[in-house]
Amino acid sequence: MKSTKFTPVTKLSKEEVDRKWWEIGDFFRRNSLWMLMYCTGCCAIELPPAMTSAYDMERLGMGPMATPRQADILLVSGYLSLKTLRRLIYTYEQMSEPRFVVALGSCPINGGIYHDSHAVINQLDQYIPVDVYVAGCMPNTESVMNGFVDLMIKIKNKTAVGWKNYHKNFEWYKENQLNSLGEVVVHDEFHQ
Amino acid sequence: MILNLLVGLGVALFGFVLQTGLAGFNRKIIGRLQKRHGPKWYQEYLDIFKLLSKKSISHGWIFDFGVIMALGGIIGTAMFMPLTSTFLAFENYDNFFIFVYLLAVGMLGMAMSASGSGNPWASIGVMRALTTMLAYEVPFMIVVLTIIKISGTSSVAGIQLFQQAAGNNWFIIALPLGGIVAVLALMGMLGKKPFETYIAPAEIASGPMVEYGGKQLGMLFILHEISVFIEVSLFVHLFLGGATNIFIFIVKYAAVYTFVNLISNVNGRFKIDQVVKFFYKWPLLMAVTQAVVAIYFGWVI
Repeated sequence: MKSTKFTPVTKLSKEEVDRKWWEIGDFFRRNSLWMLMYCTGCCAIELPPAMTSAYDMERLGMGPMATPRQADILLVSGYLSLKTLRRLIYTYEQMSEPRFVVALGSCPINGGIYHDSHAVINQLDQYIPVDVYVAGCMPNTESVMNGFVDLMIKIKNKTAVGWKNYHKNFEWYKENQLNSLGEVVVHDEFHQ
Repeated sequence: MILNLLVGLGVALFGFVLQTGLAGFNRKIIGRLQKRHGPKWYQEYLDIFKLLSKKSISHGWIFDFGVIMALGGIIGTAMFMPLTSTFLAFENYDNFFIFVYLLAVGMLGMAMSASGSGNPWASIGVMRALTTMLAYEVPFMIVVLTIIKISGTSSVAGIQLFQQAAGNNWFIIALPLGGIVAVLALMGMLGKKPFETYIAPAEIASGPMVEYGGKQLGMLFILHEISVFIEVSLFVHLFLGGATNIFIFIVKYAAVYTFVNLISNVNGRFKIDQVVKFFYKWPLLMAVTQAVVAIYFGWVI
């Protein structure tokens, strides 16, 4: 029998230790997702049944939060006009990391029924990174809940890395944002 | 001395674990009340550890320091709390006024930190919290001073022993009007609806907590759990005859917290002027009546 007395202690490298801590953190993060709801379109009507007794989002540990600082998920439901896009980008940049974006309905995917409007952007993915899309016009509540479960699985598999991509491709995102939003001419709280 | 300190820290840790678990259970109870399943019973732990695992930003030195000061002040207060009538970390330092003064350190730390964030909602929230405090403290203090006059001691353990010596003559029964006032004041202290005015998520975006995210918010959650532990324990000790052993304490504690939560969840929210008017009307009147009846006429059931 091999003696255990002199077995060399396997020392974990710093990356290994970091990875282990990150996995423990991921367990907490995916079981307690707080949302900031940015409800611009009609898809927001699917959220009350998801939160109340019909589907009960709280059993997954999810709930609405009041401010961007406290939230983990930015839930974009519906079309984004150029004015709301600016607020959305401010909101996204205020959230504390790791942060995730869930886009509801077909408007953030390809513009939906507003695809030919002059005031509405068509693809949200060009401006901020989106982790989960829930397609449909409008998606029913089951698919909304399914989208959240998908996000949890993505966090578990470490593929919900939109917030890292935002740092990595920051120049590209900023360029797209500036191209769409244009230059600010009037400097006051309504224009910038 | 070192041993006392360790016991005190143990009491604070016990309070945190007890209150956090109980808060999770209460979220489940509220879920059932609304015909939902409700979260897992350990959801509050998950929330707190998630917040501590997130990255966070700072709004400056005052913002960070205030949170730490508030958490330290609250842990320091919890260290003096007697769990039963005989078990306490620092013998003879369980005076009621110690809790009143030390709780203020936590509240002021939080007010300082929230003002340091520079957000106007935070200032409004702090102002409302202090106004609510002014409203419920006056009737509550009148009732507690009546109790101190009757029992002849201001030590929390002493008041428990006084109630237990008289054959479990709880002050909530002996002073019925004062008991009602104390329940109302407890709801104000815990920030339960209808006195939830200073949090008001839909109105002032969760008030003092508006700029907190990540680790600072996690610390505020720990602070909140421990301060709830202090306030509910004070109620148990002063009005429900305290506890002779730890199990009775846990049972009484859970009963009081659940009862207050159940009342809270069938109520709406007052405006801030309604809170002040309410507390200065009926509770104050009942508290003064109770004090006059108990002290001058000596009519104690």
